[in-house]
Amino acid sequence: MKIKEYKNLGETVCSGSLPNGLEVITIPRRDFRQKYAVFATCYGGACRRFRHNGVWYDTPAGVAHFLEHKLFDMPDGDNALNILSMNGAQPNAFTSGDVTAYYFECSEGFEENLRMLLRFVSTPYFTEESVAKEQGIIGQEIGMGDDDPYRCAYFSLMRMLYEHNPVREEVAGTVESIAGITADTLYTCHAAFYNPKNMVLCAAGDFDPQKIYDIAMEELGDKDGISPEVDFGEEESCFPLEKYSELNMEVSAPQFFIGAKISPIPRGEALLRQKIVSQLALRTLFGRSGNFYNSMYSDGLLNREFDFETDYVAGTGTVIFEGESREPRTVLAEIIRAVNEVREKGLDRDLFRRAKKASYGARLRGLESFDTVCLSAMDGYFEGYEPMASFDVLESVTVEECEAFLTEYLAEDRLALSVVLPLK
Amino acid sequence: MDTLRFELLPGVNLTCIQTEKFKTDCLSISLLTQHQRDTASLNAVLPYVLRRGTRYHPDMESIASALDELYGTCIEPVVRRIGEIQCLGFFANIPSTAYLPEGGVLRSAAELMCEMLLSPNTKGGLLLPAYVESEKEKLLERIRGRVNDKMGYSVYRLLEEMCCYEDFAVPTIGTESTAEGIYYQKLTKQYRKLLSTCPVEIFYCGSENPDDVAEIFRDSLCAMPRGEINYDIGTDIRMNSVDSEVRYFTEELNVTQGKLALGFRLGECMEEPDIAAITVFNGVYGGGVTSKLFMNVREKLSLCYYASSNVNTHKGLMCVFSGIDFDKYEDAMAEILAQLEDVKNGVISDEELSAARAAASSALRTVSDSAGELEGFWLSNIVDGLDFEPEELAELCESVSREDVVRIARSVVADAVYFLRGNGEEADDED
Repeated sequence: MKIKEYKNLGETVCSGSLPNGLEVITIPRRDFRQKYAVFATCYGGACRRFRHNGVWYDTPAGVAHFLEHKLFDMPDGDNALNILSMNGAQPNAFTSGDVTAYYFECSEGFEENLRMLLRFVSTPYFTEESVAKEQGIIGQEIGMGDDDPYRCAYFSLMRMLYEHNPVREEVAGTVESIAGITADTLYTCHAAFYNPKNMVLCAAGDFDPQKIYDIAMEELGDKDGISPEVDFGEEESCFPLEKYSELNMEVSAPQFFIGAKISPIPRGEALLRQKIVSQLALRTLFGRSGNFYNSMYSDGLLNREFDFETDYVAGTGTVIFEGESREPRTVLAEIIRAVNEVREKGLDRDLFRRAKKASYGARLRGLESFDTVCLSAMDGYFEGYEPMASFDVLESVTVEECEAFLTEYLAEDRLALSVVLPLK
Repeated sequence: MDTLRFELLPGVNLTCIQTEKFKTDCLSISLLTQHQRDTASLNAVLPYVLRRGTRYHPDMESIASALDELYGTCIEPVVRRIGEIQCLGFFANIPSTAYLPEGGVLRSAAELMCEMLLSPNTKGGLLLPAYVESEKEKLLERIRGRVNDKMGYSVYRLLEEMCCYEDFAVPTIGTESTAEGIYYQKLTKQYRKLLSTCPVEIFYCGSENPDDVAEIFRDSLCAMPRGEINYDIGTDIRMNSVDSEVRYFTEELNVTQGKLALGFRLGECMEEPDIAAITVFNGVYGGGVTSKLFMNVREKLSLCYYASSNVNTHKGLMCVFSGIDFDKYEDAMAEILAQLEDVKNGVISDEELSAARAAASSALRTVSDSAGELEGFWLSNIVDGLDFEPEELAELCESVSREDVVRIARSVVADAVYFLRGNGEEADDED
């Protein structure tokens, strides 16, 4: 096992691979009662077309999420969610575009719960009957999303930005697409993606890291497999397919999403650097200390809900601004104006220096949360970098890198606007 | 983890927890006042107006710059309600000294927070009309924005109908009509009154020595005007439902999925509330994935996508929320009530009981793993006049018996039902 210390952060990260390829990452936390573990596979809603054992498979939208729901069923008729909950743990799971993660937190019985987690995720058990029942439950979940204006506006934006990549579709699929899922589909996808080489186990808490490694070895040592090859579709152009879309829903005021594609670095330290550059660039220009936010806020065109981020998923990178405004088009115009100003005059140097300090504090805050720490470790493993290194990388980022990011990726012809308007 | 209390000024108390566990310190200041229909919005807008600018940092931009220099310290306005006590103030998260390259920033952060409270940007002694108008608009946006989240909206509407004779019917930040009346002169007057009469609770959790923290606040608050402190605040707990019959309310909006919300009074058990027993009762009935509502209404009968209950032990209420298809209204409601009948009749398995106990005690034991949760726990304790550590309450939860749970269930009285359904128009389809 590899032990890496980050003395100035008071952090230690222990990591090692089982002989079968499973990566185990632990982050010890002395004096905490809470313990947390996440067991995740590099497989999500966008991984619809893949090659496994030489065969190409095309699967309906929503399989990864469906599989997440059904994996909790155990062959003996029990349900892992219940067993873990009965044992005092708080288990849950989520599916994104390229990750499915199963996790729990608890204060007692951690080792027993960890064994349960490893066991149920690696034991597929599906029947046609249980699949049919789940189609009803997930159908309702999809229905709930249809009433969620933010979700509708988000996917409407993604469909304007992406022509081929399945990130343009809902992770849960549609009522129609999930109707095509059978027990066989689930077995096939489980066999392809839920093998140790394609997975990672991350845990945080007051425990002996070696013990976690040993438990994983005992539970999964005999599993084997190869990582499948995933096809996210043809390469996307830099520009959106459409630049504007609107929906009418039961909302109090217009809600907007503004987005642009970036060219993501596939993996490694360079990707971590690009992520940090994008966060710092956006914070400097659009953050709470800058002129953009403050003048828009004072003019009543933005409120405290305004937020932005860069999402990296399934080989894509997308800058997204979201918020509420009576004039979403003005928000877009002001973003374009702010970026043009950077092109002419550069970023304010003092603002940049302060944004760096603030970003350091925000990262420190992130270390407080067990799930943030473990999920960052998970992302870092799948994407080939060490998240704790971000503090040092941040220090070395230059203002020129941030300017280049903003002027290249947020150029006017790259931006698309999706709004949800109140019903007439 | 020791908890120390200091009285800094008349009615101004500091609660301190010193620990090296965290990488950021937590600090909050709350003015406690009675939540009332006519002042809810006026009070709720105040921290937001104060956060707009101070004498020395006249606008948001200069405050944000100062916070960036303090390594991204956050100081945010916060308006909460514990029972019918409105808690207004600021919540701060501050990077801890040990992790900063150039020394700690707690003193500067605390000073800035007190500056927001005591020295707002004023003109002629009055809060700036532009700031007040702008924050009033934003408050109205948030109030109108309730409908955007259909679940939250149905809870709000249920409480509005259920507690129609109590101030609790008015949400923490008030209603459109109460917010419309916000005006800078009126707000300035209210601000002065609150500042001199409210009990004030300050909370700190972090690595600094509590005596030093007390010293910082004694310095920063020395100019705080204090008059006669209004300790006459409290929550009106009603044991009975409004009518002898359950009242039903239905509303139609353009939605594809229905929301069903049921409201109950916890009833006579609130005379001497046994918090541990109420918490475990809620766990058995509808509090989590081991509860009867989740296991039966959702899992076994597939009547809804979710169904859960929560209890408000400050006000003595229980609410059940669920998301259902419109045509499942009767069936879902019947089943939700049938499950409560089962608890009343003691139909509780050993597993259900032990899972509810474990969930409650585990949640309490991990409170001390988060400075933010400790803050919430202690503020609630103080407002309710209680004085136990999370660990003590966790132990009590572990010893809750089946009889205790039955006793709470039998005390519960159904009061009102709210149903949000579609208006029959085809919802927009973005495809």
